[in-house]
Amino acid sequence: MLDFPLWRRLTLWAITIVTCLAALPSIFAVTNTPWPSSLYAPKVNLGLDLAGGSHLLLEASADQIRRQRLDTMAEDVRSRLRQAKIAVGDISTKDGTVSFMVTDPAKGDAAREALQTLTSGASMSGQRDWDLKVDGGKIVLAPTEAGIKQAQSMAMDSATDVVRKRIDKMGTREPTIIRQGANRIVVQVPGLKDPAALKALLGQTAKLEFRMVDLTADPTLVAQGIAPAGSELLPYANPEKDGTGRLAVRRFGGIKGDQLTNAVAGNDDRTNEPIVSITFDQAGGAKFARLTTENVGKPFAIVLDGKVLSAPNIQEPILGGQARISGSFTSESANQLAIALVSGALPVDLKVVEERSVGPDLGADSITKGVYAMAIGTLALMIFIAVTYGRFGLYANAALAINGLMILGIMSLLDTTLTLPGIAGFVLTIGAAVDANVLINERIREERARGRKVVQAVDLGYKEASRAIFDANITNVIAAVLMFVVGSGPVRGFAIVLMIGIVTSVFTAVWLTRMWVAGYLRRNRPSDIVL
Amino acid sequence: MKLLKLVPDNTNIRFLRWRLPFYIVSTLLIIASWGLVMTKGLNLGVDFIGGQMIRVTYTQSATAPVAELRESVGKLGYGEPIIQQFGKPNEVSIRMKLPEGSDENTALADEMAKKITATIKAEHSDARIDGVDSVSGKVSEELGKQGGLALLAAMIAISIYIWVRFEWQFGVGALYALAHDVSLTMGMFALTQMEFDLNIVAALLTLIGYSLNDTIVVYDRIRENMKKYRRMPMPELLDLSVNETLSRTIVTSLSVLITLIALLVLGPDVIFGFTAAITLGIFVGTYSSVYMSAPILIWLKVKPDSFVPTETALERQERLAREGA
Repeated sequence: MLDFPLWRRLTLWAITIVTCLAALPSIFAVTNTPWPSSLYAPKVNLGLDLAGGSHLLLEASADQIRRQRLDTMAEDVRSRLRQAKIAVGDISTKDGTVSFMVTDPAKGDAAREALQTLTSGASMSGQRDWDLKVDGGKIVLAPTEAGIKQAQSMAMDSATDVVRKRIDKMGTREPTIIRQGANRIVVQVPGLKDPAALKALLGQTAKLEFRMVDLTADPTLVAQGIAPAGSELLPYANPEKDGTGRLAVRRFGGIKGDQLTNAVAGNDDRTNEPIVSITFDQAGGAKFARLTTENVGKPFAIVLDGKVLSAPNIQEPILGGQARISGSFTSESANQLAIALVSGALPVDLKVVEERSVGPDLGADSITKGVYAMAIGTLALMIFIAVTYGRFGLYANAALAINGLMILGIMSLLDTTLTLPGIAGFVLTIGAAVDANVLINERIREERARGRKVVQAVDLGYKEASRAIFDANITNVIAAVLMFVVGSGPVRGFAIVLMIGIVTSVFTAVWLTRMWVAGYLRRNRPSDIVL
Repeated sequence: MKLLKLVPDNTNIRFLRWRLPFYIVSTLLIIASWGLVMTKGLNLGVDFIGGQMIRVTYTQSATAPVAELRESVGKLGYGEPIIQQFGKPNEVSIRMKLPEGSDENTALADEMAKKITATIKAEHSDARIDGVDSVSGKVSEELGKQGGLALLAAMIAISIYIWVRFEWQFGVGALYALAHDVSLTMGMFALTQMEFDLNIVAALLTLIGYSLNDTIVVYDRIRENMKKYRRMPMPELLDLSVNETLSRTIVTSLSVLITLIALLVLGPDVIFGFTAAITLGIFVGTYSSVYMSAPILIWLKVKPDSFVPTETALERQERLAREGA
């Protein structure tokens, strides 16, 4: 019991000091004391429930990704077959497959040949993304499960990227953007004043297209909702101004507005109406020039997220690679669109399925009160322990204080986030740490009462109590790990603190106090102890 | 120096004499709790049923104008709001169902939040919007499932561990005690109609952890005494174990209570429900480890020699010496 080799003492102290030092920057931050910026400063992140801010959970629809893939495939098939000069009937994208009839059944194999390269994806696995079946003159392309999964994953990766770009351009500090599960993105922005603007920005897909208006469309048929072949009917973005009717727009032959180098919100020189001016990159500019050159005098539709912003006449070829978009913007919405366009279009629509916003005042209030309450509570607890166990109580208290610092320090080093439920985890581990010392000290009392000598009683106290402490902590570890794996948000926050706290509790309440008690017994060799 | 001693040495309270009536009362309480949960229902927050919750503090008023708020928000045409004070009387939470069709078009939910906050601010300029939570039906369903699963998985895994470390009867006893604690706490939430949200699930997990700690301490002592006094009848042995650990039980419970009461009285209002749940849990948990998890061992017929194979040669020597003496 008294035997504590030097290396062991040094190791215990080293661990203690390092982890406690790591807690310092966080403490400085709470008390608003500046921390020298040249020093390494790991800090506990405060959860949004404590610090204020917004948490958004965005979800993409898996169906949409699937549908888009079919549409892209249909377009690829069409252009491939045109190159190969194989005539086909209408390409259908119904029933989750791309299917069509080859006009000349003898060319079925030639068509298969031409499409073969489209069916393997970019993945390294060598798996096919599409299954190609030829049944007489009918060709069916069905997406494979692996292909869908990969497409979904790629779409979500790039969506996450776009979300990050947009939020960065808003100028918010330290946003957290994480992909979650198959089709979700978590966005956390601390200290945000106006979550509505953030939602408006992330809510628009920002898919900009320039498409030709179908002038051959029969207005009465359009009014009945029947689109001419090769066209589709699109609603206007501003029904107040342009009416609730729909415009027939050609499906193909337009260009996408994604090849941009810049987009800026401004005002029209003459009307002073808010507009967005975009600058194409070289390839985009060339395409735009060709489109406008070939169609002088005809109207084209500027389409944003499937809605017609405006449909101006092309008066002359636009060769400079610049275009201005008007469409009843406010200066705020023009600005948001500009940000969205520069950041790129989202490959899928994102919906906000969960939102949690906490005002910054409340957050700050909560922290101050929480810290204050914890300090008073811990102080009262320490007094109680000191009057109950005397010297041994002081050891327990020192261990408790170090325990708190160590939890904070390790949380800082691991870059974890402290939330309200995390504070509960903190309280539980403090309870467990106190309990460990209570168990030990009660046991020492018992052994003394049975007439054992001091050293023997202390030794037995630690040994016998350790069994219960061990079992109790293992069960808590099991619970914490399970909670972390199964639980979400708050439950996880709780589990993290609990896991760290269990380790530090055992370390401080059992090992550190044992070292101190051993030191005391060795130095003073008391024949009796007050306990 | 004289130290504080809350429990005198060598107490011999015959706790288990009253085990049957206590068991009956506790079982009735569990049934009553579930009855309350079934009939009165839990006041589930938006985490579990979806919807929108707006928290408001009236910074310049002593109390929030609840009746006025109910009327003015009700008039917006989104249905009846559920308005509740929490923490201080000038802080309220307003809960609404999400408008029809907002699963498809999330802008509808935003619009509702905007209208409500505008109404509140227009009527009282001192109103401070502290937060907006908006949870769609699908997500709330998942959150509920995950929370329930976490609770259940934790309880079962813990019981299995105790079964492995002790005996199967101990595992059953621990599980029963945990079910008792969770049930009673849920019963309290049904009774008081305090809001039950995800944070409360974390509170339930805390109290499971705490109660379990207590149970294990008592069980550990029972195990030890079973090895020591192999001819002692179980009820006596349990009483002895509970008495021997009584001082520890009291000191630890008080320690945790001190911290919790500080949080309850001085802490931030947002965690009031949370801390209240844990505080209640301490009482329930301490009680259950004495009266639920110990007596069940008698009924499940734990035999005094259950732990004999684990006796080492050294322990055997010690025991023989003791029994001889």
